[in-house]
Amino acid sequence: MHAMTSTLNARGGGALLASPSAAGGNAPANDAAAAAPSRTAPMRLTTAERAEELKRRALRAALARLLAPVLGILLLLLAWHLVARANGQLPTPGATWDAAMKVFSDPFYRKGPNDQGIGWNVLSSLERVGIGFGLAALVGIPAGFVIGRFAFAGRMAAPIISLLRPVSPLAWLPIGLLVFKAANPAAIWTIFICSLWPMVINTAVGVRQVPQEYLNVARVLALPESKVVSRILFPAALPYVLTGVRLSVGVAWLVIVAAEMLTGGVGIGFWVWDEWNNLNVPHIIIAIFVIGIVGLALEAMLLLLARRFEYSR
Amino acid sequence: MHAESRYLHIEGVGKSFPTRNGEFVALRDIDLDVARGEFVALIGHSGCGKSTLLNLIAGLLAPDAGLIILAGREVREPGPDRGMVFQGHSLLPWLTCFDNVYLAVERVFGGREPKARLAERTRAALELVGLAHAAHKRPAEISGGMKQRVGIARALAIEPKVLLLDEPFGALDALTRARLQDELMRIVAATGSTVLMVTHDVDEAVLLSDRIVMMTNGPAATIGEVLAVPLPRPRDRLEMAHDPVYLRCRERVLEFLYRKQTQLEATV
Repeated sequence: MHAMTSTLNARGGGALLASPSAAGGNAPANDAAAAAPSRTAPMRLTTAERAEELKRRALRAALARLLAPVLGILLLLLAWHLVARANGQLPTPGATWDAAMKVFSDPFYRKGPNDQGIGWNVLSSLERVGIGFGLAALVGIPAGFVIGRFAFAGRMAAPIISLLRPVSPLAWLPIGLLVFKAANPAAIWTIFICSLWPMVINTAVGVRQVPQEYLNVARVLALPESKVVSRILFPAALPYVLTGVRLSVGVAWLVIVAAEMLTGGVGIGFWVWDEWNNLNVPHIIIAIFVIGIVGLALEAMLLLLARRFEYSR
Repeated sequence: MHAESRYLHIEGVGKSFPTRNGEFVALRDIDLDVARGEFVALIGHSGCGKSTLLNLIAGLLAPDAGLIILAGREVREPGPDRGMVFQGHSLLPWLTCFDNVYLAVERVFGGREPKARLAERTRAALELVGLAHAAHKRPAEISGGMKQRVGIARALAIEPKVLLLDEPFGALDALTRARLQDELMRIVAATGSTVLMVTHDVDEAVLLSDRIVMMTNGPAATIGEVLAVPLPRPRDRLEMAHDPVYLRCRERVLEFLYRKQTQLEATV
């Protein structure tokens, strides 16, 4: 650990030392170019040098950007290591790494309904999230549009949303079990109801904030409602809708772990619970990382999607 | 009978807005007739309700009193028989210049004409404002003056009965403004449009208009004076600079705005 940190420091220090000398090397070249613009040879040299310098500067900036997050992760590992050493029951980062290598060497094995590889567990969780979240999007985004567009609908929905939104995800699970009489649809139902609200609310806000000047364009042209929605409301509200989608996926991924702990079957949440019953703590920690990484990946994917639909005014 | 000289007929129009401290009377007793093909400027200090009057004609606001008749039909709501150019360009940022104009063209001619003809109309409108080359660009990629020209193209493309301009060049720099004023004169001459333009720029009003409607200060603003600008067209900005008629008109407007209306403000 210590050795790695000091290496990084040395690298950072080196970069800092390199910068003034490089800048000094560049300045006279600039002067020469300014003094004799007609001579082509020094000019060409300068451009080549400048390109080289720019490349070096970009590399240094990239390294500097990487430094802080890498240090953060190392700090986390160090803290974990120290706590594990003091505690004795918690596996160290090294032991967890070894266990992870074993788990990921065969992620797609199947030994009966309750013993499957981590790959299957993650995939079935993702499937539940996908179905629950997809249904929520199908209901929530149009509902948000109506609530945002028509003040009456907005006032109608306000008490319902205020009342139901703060309810804990797991409070919905018994209702799902009662209605669907099976664990899997109940888990999907829980995902649905919890990921509904961010999409409804953000879409409604997005539709309400559409600038009056755009709506005036629609009004002076007397555009039909279908055009108002497709050409003005939808594009204007899209960034908000996508924020709602991102929040919803985050919520869905949070909720699925909890729901699966209660419903059982195959899934990353159930896997955590199962490994707890086996007292296999390294696997629980592996699951925590897997849940975190998958959540991060979902978020990153949707962020990428949102960027594609951004427009500048 | 008076179809041509009273193409746009405004009679006894008033407008109030409810505020926390009671009614705010923005406009009262507005009577105005605009002839077909006439260019009329509305000028006044800020807050005199000139934009409110334009919004009433556009149908974006409804008058509390009086009536507005355009080409024999009462104005009750917004409609594409009036082309509006907004103070901010109001282009939709997610559509290209072409699509911004096409949206309006499609709305007005979509039912009657094939798509190729609609695209042709859109291109013609962009060409009219000299922006055929920027058709595929989005509003964020063009300058403020170009945006305003797309706004004018959008308003003209629907062949409106009257063109309503709400301080269209107010946000532009002086050089761009001058160029767009010249261009607007050329376009209006070519299309024979009836134009009502809100402005607070005296030179702009005199240079462009056939008549200048000067409004008193608010609250409860109304028409103070109407000045005819008997200058022949086409008008050249450089020649106007020392044309006695131009200078006299300019003086009359300035006198109204800075002598009569400031005094009024002081007594209120």
